[in-house]
Amino acid sequence: MKLIVAIIRPERLPETLEALFQAEVRGISVSRIQGHGGEVERVETYRGTTVKMELVEKIRLEIGVSEDFVDRTVQAIIQGARTHEVGDGKIFVMPLEGVHRIRTGEQNEQAVTPILSEQH
Amino acid sequence: MSKVIPIMIALTGTAWAEGIQSGDTAWMLVSTALVLLMTPALAFFYGGLVPQKNVLNTMMMSLASLGVVGILWVMFGYSLAFGGSNAYFGNTDFFFLNGVGLEAKGNIPHVLFLCFQGSFAVITAALISGAVIGRMNFQAYLAFIACWSLFIYAPMAHWVWGGGWLAGLGALDFAGGTVVHINAGIAALVVTLFLGPREEHGRRALLPHNVPFVLLGTALLWFGWFGFNAGSALEANSLAALAFVNTMAAPMASLVTWMLIDLIRTGKATAVGAATAVIVGLVAVTPAAGHVTPFSAIVIGFLATFPSYYALTVRPRTKLDDSLDVFAGHGLGGISGALLTGVFASAKFGTAGALEGNIKLVGIQLVAVLAAMAFSAIGTLAILKVISIFVPLRIDNKDERRGLDLTAHGEEAYVTGEGAILVLPDSLPNSVTINGAANGVKSAS
Repeated sequence: MKLIVAIIRPERLPETLEALFQAEVRGISVSRIQGHGGEVERVETYRGTTVKMELVEKIRLEIGVSEDFVDRTVQAIIQGARTHEVGDGKIFVMPLEGVHRIRTGEQNEQAVTPILSEQH
Repeated sequence: MSKVIPIMIALTGTAWAEGIQSGDTAWMLVSTALVLLMTPALAFFYGGLVPQKNVLNTMMMSLASLGVVGILWVMFGYSLAFGGSNAYFGNTDFFFLNGVGLEAKGNIPHVLFLCFQGSFAVITAALISGAVIGRMNFQAYLAFIACWSLFIYAPMAHWVWGGGWLAGLGALDFAGGTVVHINAGIAALVVTLFLGPREEHGRRALLPHNVPFVLLGTALLWFGWFGFNAGSALEANSLAALAFVNTMAAPMASLVTWMLIDLIRTGKATAVGAATAVIVGLVAVTPAAGHVTPFSAIVIGFLATFPSYYALTVRPRTKLDDSLDVFAGHGLGGISGALLTGVFASAKFGTAGALEGNIKLVGIQLVAVLAAMAFSAIGTLAILKVISIFVPLRIDNKDERRGLDLTAHGEEAYVTGEGAILVLPDSLPNSVTINGAANGVKSAS
């Protein structure tokens, strides 16, 4: 099992989600974050005050997947989030010690399997 | 410039010119300020309806009209609309305020009449902006409203209020149903078709980012509309009172009607729908305000709701990205209003309509509507063609995705200031301050 953490552009979130759903990846957490990466900072002016915005709005996706899903998840994120410009973000793939589904107490592989396949 | 100096001297004398009535002047001073308020009100109405990434651009498109169209109106537009007595075009007599001083125009000072009419030109151009949100190049927009106000708005104002052919025909348009609403609605439709839809149109819903802004804008628009309609009497008299009560009654009727349709169709009366209903009622009663009884105004508000409601429900599912439904609201509302004025006009207030046996009036109203539609469509198309030779009308897809606030204006609507580094004028290496997470953007003042 792996935990995939991806940092992407906010304006690419809809495309990325679309790609993930098409790859049948379920169970995604999305958070709005701010970060500092390689892209050129934006300059904004409010009345006489000019500021450089060093922190950029980003979206963080967190997805816990079983081994066979790692590749297609990563490919889906790349397909959805890529614009070829600096600032497209990163994908981190990390080993995952254990997963517990709170509702049923299922563990590990079972817990990261989408409930859709359970026919509940 | 030699022309300007005598006018400045003329303006310094403040004695009442003959024919000016103080009561009428007081009312028109207030009315003019009320109508001017409608443009920033429209900025709130439109601004609330768009996503957060485009709110400043959307509001700026309205605000910019106050500057660009306002100045052009004073210098050229007023003369093109109200100069001379040609049936189709004004003339250059009043260019640069030449001959527009404190003398009486009707019962009020001529300069005040110019301001009142100018506030109409400003809001009409701003209305169009609702069709192009999220994708129009701001420079091209400025060029567009500048040309449009001079070459489309001013001539049409001349036709109706400047002694032109539509007035001569006997067409009724009390406060600008054809000149303002049909004109802007059709122009919006043409710009929409010319620009094409936003990249995300049809793939992602266009959701309002701040519905309370929409309601605030609606409230201020309604408030300003009393100046728009009742002020169009140009005097503080019972005609103004008639227009006032109609401006109250029609939107009330459309508001109730809209909520009822909402409730019957879906079981939920929506706030954005209610706001739209008020605008549709106001638009529809604009040409009728001084010509119909308050009861007729209620019926007009009721009837005009249906075409706009239907168009608003269908439009987002089509390829037509008239994003904030300027055509459905102002175009269709204006057409309904103009035709219903022909039906409900009462001889008690000057002209009998179809209900009192004068069916011909509906025909005249139809001619006015069609003429306004044709002129607005062809003129708008021509202006867009010419501007597109010099400046791209659209921004690129990348900027479209990031939003125009950042890409066109270099500002955001709701800044947290986290990570903002103050750039000082002399930009010495040790003169930067990084704001802490809890602080706002460091203020220069």
